[in-house]
Amino acid sequence: MKVHEYQGKAIFSDFGVPIPEGYPAFSVDEAEEVAQKIGGRVVVKAQIHAGGRGKGGGVKLADSSEDVRQIAGEILGMRLVTHQTGPDGKEVQRLLIEKAMPIARELYAGIVLDRTSGRYVMMVSTEGGVEIEKVAAETPELIVKEWIDPGLGLQPYQTRKLAYALQFEGAQVKQGVRCLQALWQAFEANDCSLIEINPLVVTEDDQVLALDAKVNFDDNALYRQPDLAGLRDLSEEDPQEVEASKYSLNYIKLSGNVGCMVNGAGLAMATMDIIKLHGGEPANFLDVGGVASSETVANGFRILLGDTNVKGVLINIFGGIVRCDRIAQGIVDGLKEVKVSMPVVVRMEGTNASEARQLLEDSPLEFLVAQTLEEAARTAVNVVSEVSIVGEAGRT
Amino acid sequence: MSILVNNDTRLIVQGITGSEGSFHTAQMVEYGTHVVAGVTPGKGGQKGPNDVPVFNTVEAAKDNTGANAAVIFVPPSFAADAIIEAIAAELDVVVCITEGIPTFDMVRVKAALDQSSTRLIGPNCPGVITPGQCKIGIMPGFIHMPGRIGVISRSGTLTYEAVFQLTELNIGQSTCIGVGGDPIIGSTFLDLLKLFANDSGTDAVVLIGEIGGTAEEEAAAWIQKTGFKKPVVAFVAGRTAPPGRRMGHAGAIISGGQGTAQSKMEALQAAGIHVCDSPARIGETVKRAIA
Repeated sequence: MKVHEYQGKAIFSDFGVPIPEGYPAFSVDEAEEVAQKIGGRVVVKAQIHAGGRGKGGGVKLADSSEDVRQIAGEILGMRLVTHQTGPDGKEVQRLLIEKAMPIARELYAGIVLDRTSGRYVMMVSTEGGVEIEKVAAETPELIVKEWIDPGLGLQPYQTRKLAYALQFEGAQVKQGVRCLQALWQAFEANDCSLIEINPLVVTEDDQVLALDAKVNFDDNALYRQPDLAGLRDLSEEDPQEVEASKYSLNYIKLSGNVGCMVNGAGLAMATMDIIKLHGGEPANFLDVGGVASSETVANGFRILLGDTNVKGVLINIFGGIVRCDRIAQGIVDGLKEVKVSMPVVVRMEGTNASEARQLLEDSPLEFLVAQTLEEAARTAVNVVSEVSIVGEAGRT
Repeated sequence: MSILVNNDTRLIVQGITGSEGSFHTAQMVEYGTHVVAGVTPGKGGQKGPNDVPVFNTVEAAKDNTGANAAVIFVPPSFAADAIIEAIAAELDVVVCITEGIPTFDMVRVKAALDQSSTRLIGPNCPGVITPGQCKIGIMPGFIHMPGRIGVISRSGTLTYEAVFQLTELNIGQSTCIGVGGDPIIGSTFLDLLKLFANDSGTDAVVLIGEIGGTAEEEAAAWIQKTGFKKPVVAFVAGRTAPPGRRMGHAGAIISGGQGTAQSKMEALQAAGIHVCDSPARIGETVKRAIA
């Protein structure tokens, strides 16, 4: 789960990671009000779940109340496009108004999982304020890492080492050490999956501050972090994906027109890949899980049909312990609940697959039943391109 | 010959009295697996499905039955503890089916595992099967056929798909392992390739990878470095997956430009591995590779 910068900073503040004074604002009036409370020069920052907001025009300095009103008015409601949002961008509905700080140096600090060692790793770099992926690719020696032993936790010597690597001087060292230690405590206490501060800054008056906050949480641990649920901003998520999550379906929208419904995540990805391999474009990832009852199939279709790009659907099921004929019955029953007026290609393999194919062919619904995965993909891509051609002809 | 499990494996089912645990105990017994004990704290002394004796602890189950392996069907919030209990009881092989274990819990499990000689498969996996001998997990047994091809996969149903293609072509399998879809897993492609390298019953290996992490690249580098003699066929799922999105499995995510299918396929190809473009051609690629 992702949260906004201002929500991440509230967590930082709870654990003692220093941040500039700042408040969220949901309207122009509120922005002006909190700016007056802060006093002096402020930064108006668009709050969306994506990086690169500054370059996209979502972060601006304001010197006066009039400035704040004008800038807040411009940013609220705009569709902010960054390298992480895709070409459509995201609508800005929230702002963070923060005290502008005189920056002397821009640094980077982050905690991620190192999958190979199975440990969390704290990383710092003197190259802050730029994309850390770029630093990692071009000058990896400028990123310093400390692996955290799960039994011992982050040790003081490790934070000192990282603080010296960040070239803190004098009073900054102690602040930096405390900041990194607090960062790990925030990470551990909240079951985070990633924290990044980019930039972590040293101000001209020697303060060490987190100027940004990217905080993600482990979805598998949300059950034991009840306070985090309130931080979820559904307006940042695709509405169909939110709908799918209500049915416990794993759905991710893509840009193509061949809808797919598959049991199992790996097979669902492979089905997307084989559609592409045959010249089509998958409209989505949809894993309906192992059971695929009439209810899950019906719900799956409701989600798929909510995407108006979808021109045909490929159902690919490998029946294991749950037999194919039962799943086929689920498909037939599910399609009685949801009316589908586009071609549906079904491919089933595994336990009782031939009975399942017979059941589908005997049903009054019109399925295109495919035997192999390859035939299924080819058929789906062909029928969708035919539908699209007919559609084009109809318009002219 | 095979790896990990065979006719001599004596299995404990942790969480045997739950709905998943009891259903799959019956399925495993039907396949011929020697399920010798179950564990459900508080239900020790009872009889589980198929009259399997239930114990309160893994240690008691092992001491009373001589078990050497365990399979875990325990809800995610208790699963890490169940794995560590099995490690503490010094079982040889532990298979964890559970999906949804918090990563922080798995970091602790990994640390316990690194101090032990137990081999963990999973979590979030279908399990391990040596066809005709022993099935530990939730895979449909009948699609498998005894033979000489090893299969290692990060997926569930996609593994069944690949195994089915092999069996259809009359190519049997020595042992098939689903390593699991989580970011932290007990055994990696590399760990298992090393076992297959020394298994005289395995002639070739199928690797089914997916986006996220670097397990495929690490396996490829090892194959290249050691000159692994047996033919390897690979498929990597997720060429069409968008970056930054978790594709069902917690570990299937391209982050910071890392873990793309492209990079994995290139690494595997550079190591001389037969990489299939299409998931529909895994079986025939193996057939060609071993011809």
